[in-house]
Amino acid sequence: MSNLTLTRRSPHIEARSWLEPVQAMLRLSFRGGPEAIAAASTSFGVALPTTACRAASHGARSALWVGPDEYLLLAPESDDISVRTALTASLAGIAHSIVDISHRQAAFLLKGPHAEWLLGSGCPLDLDLAAFPVGMCTRTVYMKSEIYLWRTAADVFHIETWRSFTPYVVDHLVDAARECAA
Amino acid sequence: MLVIHCPYCGPRPEPEFAHGGQAHIARPQDPTTTTEDDLLQFLYLRENPRGLFRERWRHARGCGRFFNAIRDTTTDFFVTTYKVGERPELPGGAA
Repeated sequence: MSNLTLTRRSPHIEARSWLEPVQAMLRLSFRGGPEAIAAASTSFGVALPTTACRAASHGARSALWVGPDEYLLLAPESDDISVRTALTASLAGIAHSIVDISHRQAAFLLKGPHAEWLLGSGCPLDLDLAAFPVGMCTRTVYMKSEIYLWRTAADVFHIETWRSFTPYVVDHLVDAARECAA
Repeated sequence: MLVIHCPYCGPRPEPEFAHGGQAHIARPQDPTTTTEDDLLQFLYLRENPRGLFRERWRHARGCGRFFNAIRDTTTDFFVTTYKVGERPELPGGAA
């Protein structure tokens, strides 16, 4: 068992002009107080945002604010061991919680000029650039499914869903896309 | 759609929230002096006012936090929302 290696596989998502599957990655749900947040910022290499609903990135690593003491940490799969080792070492003796949710979620990018409109087909948030600027992230709903929404560019949304909900979310988006097909 | 102000995330749409019943219900602290009536009150008896009502809400599909709100039960108007542990006074002097 010591040689057991975990291969993360994302559910199959068919790429489209406005939809791009995101490769499997390391996802950690991190929770902790101010002291833990400061320590994790240093060891993870990304300053965990303390402003509500904002994400921060450094290189290929990102930290998404989810709640007042809750973050979603994203990193390439190849960083798995180094991220865990660094976080565990820096957080020794500090109350915190780190849960690996890499397998729980799958991600894809919703992009293009219709991205906002497509998302609006099932997401009740105000997605205008003024209300939902680039760099804003939040947990919210799409239709009846919970999603993590993160605007990485004016017309690009990074969306994370629970993996078994992925077909539900994608199918509804495809359905909505038929309406603006040109 | 009803817009509710989460004390942490700001104005958000109603489908993200879950209602949590009456707010500010404290469990009796000392079991040795707690009477059956105290427990009855704590477990089962709730206000059902017509008008302003302090109640708990949870931003279940957002930041996940519980908070309290003052809502008018006749109009569904949210007077204010506040974090757990706070208790802002009402202009009208209501409880």
